Amino acid sequence: MNERAGGSVLVRARSSVAALYGLSLVALALAFTHPLVLAAVAAATFGAARLSGCQQQLRGAVRFAIPLAVMLAVINALLVRDGATVIWRFGELPVFGQVDVTAEALAYGFLLALRVVVIIAASALLVAIVNPDDVLRRMRRSAFRSALTAALATRMIGVLTRDAKRMDQARRCRPDGGGSGRRAQLLMVGAVASGALDRAVDVAATLELRGYATRVAPPRADRLAYSRADRIVLAAGLGLVALLVTGLLSGLAFFEPYPQLTLVTGSAELLFAALIVLAAWAPAIIGDWGRR
Amino acid sequence: MSALRFENFSYTYPGQSQPALSNLSLTIEEGEFVVCTGLSASGKSTLLRAASGLVPHFHGGDASGHVIVGGLDTRDHGPGDLASVAGTLLQDPETQVVMQTVGAELAFPLENRGLSRAAVARGVEEIALTLSIGDLLERPVEQLSGGELQRVALGAALAARPSLVLLDEPTSQLDPVAGDELIWTLRRLNEEWGTAVLLVEHRLERCLAHADRAVVLVDGRLVCDAAPGEMLSWAAEELPALQTPAARLFERAGLRPPPSGVKEARATLQSHGLLERSLAERMAADQPDEKSRRLRWPRRGNQAPDSALEARAVSYELPDGRQVLRSVDLRLEPGQRTALMGRNGAGKSTLLRLLAGLESPSEGKIEADGRVALLLQNPGDYLIHERVDEEVGLEQLAEFGLADLAASHPRDISGGQRQRLALAIVLGGSQPSAVLLDEPTRGMDRAAKGDLIARLGALSAAGTAVLVATHDAELAAALAERVVLLSGGRVVADAPTSEVLSGGWHFATETARILGGDGGVCTPEQGGELLRARMTIEATP
Repeated sequence: MNERAGGSVLVRARSSVAALYGLSLVALALAFTHPLVLAAVAAATFGAARLSGCQQQLRGAVRFAIPLAVMLAVINALLVRDGATVIWRFGELPVFGQVDVTAEALAYGFLLALRVVVIIAASALLVAIVNPDDVLRRMRRSAFRSALTAALATRMIGVLTRDAKRMDQARRCRPDGGGSGRRAQLLMVGAVASGALDRAVDVAATLELRGYATRVAPPRADRLAYSRADRIVLAAGLGLVALLVTGLLSGLAFFEPYPQLTLVTGSAELLFAALIVLAAWAPAIIGDWGRR
Repeated sequence: MSALRFENFSYTYPGQSQPALSNLSLTIEEGEFVVCTGLSASGKSTLLRAASGLVPHFHGGDASGHVIVGGLDTRDHGPGDLASVAGTLLQDPETQVVMQTVGAELAFPLENRGLSRAAVARGVEEIALTLSIGDLLERPVEQLSGGELQRVALGAALAARPSLVLLDEPTSQLDPVAGDELIWTLRRLNEEWGTAVLLVEHRLERCLAHADRAVVLVDGRLVCDAAPGEMLSWAAEELPALQTPAARLFERAGLRPPPSGVKEARATLQSHGLLERSLAERMAADQPDEKSRRLRWPRRGNQAPDSALEARAVSYELPDGRQVLRSVDLRLEPGQRTALMGRNGAGKSTLLRLLAGLESPSEGKIEADGRVALLLQNPGDYLIHERVDEEVGLEQLAEFGLADLAASHPRDISGGQRQRLALAIVLGGSQPSAVLLDEPTRGMDRAAKGDLIARLGALSAAGTAVLVATHDAELAAALAERVVLLSGGRVVADAPTSEVLSGGWHFATETARILGGDGGVCTPEQGGELLRARMTIEATP
């Protein structure tokens, strides 16, 4: 049950290999703030998703990430006073004190926002290409309690999302439309949260009834030979890890936002960014070549 | 060795003063099929939870006596151990699946028993074949309908081939066809695999004929343990709310003993010569009456009364392009009581949401002559406050018989009370021109159902159009004057209740199935009258 039938090589690859690939993209976005590298990881992630048919999952994640990113960019621009190039003086504002917007804070805020979007998108790609049931099965052998919590949490996300949707519809069925504004929202959040406990108890009861707590070791996965999809995705994942390590050790893609933007962008950085994109797209390009 | 044995078992939930089960003794032998019934809150679900080991291991509380499942005493063995001998399916299928795909869900209990990969794969394949869910194996559970989820959860409960299956209202989410299929599957497992079955069910007409025994709980006590026919005789005297439609039909006709199912009832009527239809009756059955013609071809133009709610050529398409409703026309007149029926996934709930304005149709138009109130499937979804009297005003609570619960937490009240409270919420304010209800009797006993029918009748008498989406043909027959049948998003029948519910197999009441649709009779009361009339003719020289 390691492999899921159909789909691109990224989706067909065994969970351990797919996880290495997805996690290395997340790690690259976490490790570098250089705009060129972030842009490369973004291109790598969205391109791989597109080529593998997972763009739908990424779209939902990005929709969630954008408001958060915009908020971070605005907060950084308004609150950080480390930049040297003032482009806007707001003067004295209540609570905030003296507010000067600097070009550096604005640029770094924008980069922070981009980073958040890329990290969330890469995480969404990871979730889309890794079979969670398989991961839980593997985790269970080594970390029983963590796997139990993860199993419960994974299931609860879907259950609570649907609960919230239904409760919102029920709210709109009230003669007064269920009210609006912050109080109505808080009531809804409170109701979903208080129902979450009941739901979690029900799901936990089901886990008990299916014998999860018996702690009998599940069957060890057969040592299946690596398929072509596994080999291609493993090579790409290892390539991304090698790039990550090389970049970190060599101090490539240096970036310092304050007091003035310092950005090193030479041929090494350009090559580094290009290799990230190539390594990430390689499985879909090579592995799915004959399918298109 | 018995499959399940309760020995003087009593149990009280934590924080409660009244026991949920009192001094209960019950034995289910290997290969027996036992139905357990009773009114709401009589202890049926607790009985199942005790048999599966959840009580007291998972829920806590005080327990005394013994429960022995397949030779394992629940004092010493928790639900995990008992899972190897007893498969359990609880009420809500949504929380009965824990993995991401159907295949993984079915494999899960087998893996937890430490079976080899080959044995797991074979077990998954076999249970998928048994329950006809082979085509769902690769599907993510998120994409399954309620009925499909129910079958997958049943598959997970049965995957390890337990010697005992415990089921809590497994047909409550299913349409009549899927419900019948599920009961027949249980019967087959019972007969071919020798699996003992303990089935908790309100709709006895669905399962009683398949049972070897029926047990009745009242306030946590076992008050009846007998063969199905004997249980129905007992119910006629002691607890009429448990009578099946067939039993009520026989009672109204003055016949004894009550039949446990359609086959037995027909055999009895046949032997009394009461099933043959007269020529006049056959003609009456084949000819739609005046009222039905009026319903099928409503008057137009100046003569047509204003509609309370009308859908014209309404279609609805999902973002992925799947068409849920296709050019649906539906007109509800003020005070009209209509039942909306159809298989799982036919589009009933979607149509109700569109009519109530929760969603907009992709094509077509919906017009309402005032406010449209909608009661969704789960009344708990309406309850968002900390106290019952914060949900609706005291005056309305009194009107719905809930005044004494004003200070209670809405999650602490019973299912029937929640349903009344949710109805009070959606009906609050001005009188709606139409009230729509989605599967309002799920998990409801007959007494609560009767109360709901009376309440909807009063609304209808006050001029509110009532539209109820339901799988329950008995409810439709008792409440509605018209039935609209949806299939594949289209209206395939729209006619008087007597016409739609009297002629078929699945979308038919038990009375209609017994009488074969004679005279368009659907309810036990109508059937009783018909049979008495026939007996009078028989007796007249």
